[in-house]
Amino acid sequence: MVRVTDEVRRLRKRFEARAEESHVWEAVQLARHADRPYTLDYAERLFSDAFELRGDRAFSDDEALITLLARYHGQTVVAIGHQKGRDLAERTRRMFGMPHPEGYRKAIRAVELADRFGYPILTFVDTPGAYPGVNAEERGQAGMIARSILAFCQVSVPVVCSVIGEGGSGGALAIAVGDRVLMQENAIYSVISPEGCAAILWKDSGQARKAAYAFRPTAGACLDLGVVDAIVEEPKGGAHEDVDQAARLLDQSIRQALAEAEAIPAAQRRVARREKFRRMGVWGVADEDGADTL
Amino acid sequence: MAPVEIDVERPKGDDDPGRRHPNTCPSCRSHYRDDELRHALRVCAQCGHHFPVGALERIDQLVDPGTFAEIGAELRAADPLAFVDLKPYTDRLLDAELATGLGDALVAGTGLVVGRPAAIAVMDFAFMGGSMGSVMGERFCLAADAALDRGIPLVSVTASGGARMQENILALMQMAKTVGAVDQLREAGVPYISVLAHPTTGGVIASFASLGDVVIAEPNALLSFAGPRVVEQTTGEKTAPDFGRAESNLRLGQLDAVVPRRELRAELARLLLLFSPAEDEPTGEQGPVPLPDDATISGERPVDRVLGRLGLGRRRG
Repeated sequence: MVRVTDEVRRLRKRFEARAEESHVWEAVQLARHADRPYTLDYAERLFSDAFELRGDRAFSDDEALITLLARYHGQTVVAIGHQKGRDLAERTRRMFGMPHPEGYRKAIRAVELADRFGYPILTFVDTPGAYPGVNAEERGQAGMIARSILAFCQVSVPVVCSVIGEGGSGGALAIAVGDRVLMQENAIYSVISPEGCAAILWKDSGQARKAAYAFRPTAGACLDLGVVDAIVEEPKGGAHEDVDQAARLLDQSIRQALAEAEAIPAAQRRVARREKFRRMGVWGVADEDGADTL
Repeated sequence: MAPVEIDVERPKGDDDPGRRHPNTCPSCRSHYRDDELRHALRVCAQCGHHFPVGALERIDQLVDPGTFAEIGAELRAADPLAFVDLKPYTDRLLDAELATGLGDALVAGTGLVVGRPAAIAVMDFAFMGGSMGSVMGERFCLAADAALDRGIPLVSVTASGGARMQENILALMQMAKTVGAVDQLREAGVPYISVLAHPTTGGVIASFASLGDVVIAEPNALLSFAGPRVVEQTTGEKTAPDFGRAESNLRLGQLDAVVPRRELRAELARLLLLFSPAEDEPTGEQGPVPLPDDATISGERPVDRVLGRLGLGRRRG
């Protein structure tokens, strides 16, 4: 009798683990779906007008990251987002949404402009990561990501960030430091791609599915860990199934988050934002014998 | 005199880094006893190669004896994701702690550098590749807090492969958390000196380590966001042998200086002095000398006195 119950319990646990594993991988696939709406698809639906701010004023215009001066529900905002391409030509032009340092320099320019005029900042995060090429490195990719994060820390205007697809590593975080951070239910957000993680820890990039399950890049996990403030619902089957509806749902969440961010007094926003991120992390304390207690 | 030619046969497998003894120089193959190498600050006496330095030894090298007070020593990594790859995260942590004697990959504290106080954050590559997780983020912030509270500069020495994958998104958030700490220093006008040792890559160089008011590096240190292997595998580009090295970073404008380890302590002391508040000149004069009331009456402007001292004044008479 007892043995049977144990066996059932063991099987149920295994099925549950399987179900969760397939859900995690489904999110990874949906976040990367070729028809998934990108920043400009939402910009078209969320903004009554938008003027594209182009160029970093130093080197070039990086089309993997776009910056807009836009009108959102009757007020001017600055929108910053990664932008992937739909066809091969556009994908190549936009480097699959992977910015070079000049892209982040453009983002910093837009952030500073917003702060000068008191315009709220809305960001849309959707990148596999910052571009890992020789030219990008030579032009200071790491330092520019750091400076972009710093620029987002320093502004006193409200900042609302939305992870709408792939939140890939430092290249995503560079524009994802806000008073409120939202995440669509099928988006992913992680420190490295599942393939990259599998290649390093499993020594086999084919183990991506296993890696994804182990490190949980899902919206649910990010909410549980206090990294995002709210999950934005998507239409059944994913955002690409009904882009208008996905945009309406995102709009509702951004409006609410923006109202919350606007409620923080401007003089306190910088400190509050810093403290929000300061709280992130989980650790234990070793007692005097060196034994850990969590 | 004709050059002497010596043919030395090298055993196979000698180039495999996994098989090389840690005290054998990878560039000239000189081998050292550990106490010898420690005494030489872990710099190869033959070719100048810089071996890795552990966090505690680095503190010994830079901080005046008996002045270091550790902060946050009791913090230990938790395992929020119950992460298991080929090995559970908790096992990896235990192995790292046993191997290094450290609670995590960063040691924070305060101390004197050639008599000048500083908050100190030093990383150890031997602890899980110097990877940044929640404990490192918190300890770095504690060091920054100490700098803020006491109004003393922060000095960090980094050596890291990047963010700690086993803590995934929380590890990524440490980039924002540590940059927030640097923002606080900047707001308060507290200097931050960042020293980059080999290697400083990924999430660490893409956050606080790049944001020093002064950024200096050790010779030949690899300093890049993506390592050469990742660049080659992802983009198909070939990387030059000096890709991402300290010297190329200096040439490309990403650094202020490349400083050999033997000069690092003196150079830090010099910077700490340069960042210190104005003090009296050694002549003993107290503060700015007030202008004499008769300066204009005598027809000599203050600027003439300065010019005169420099031998540039108007000739009189």
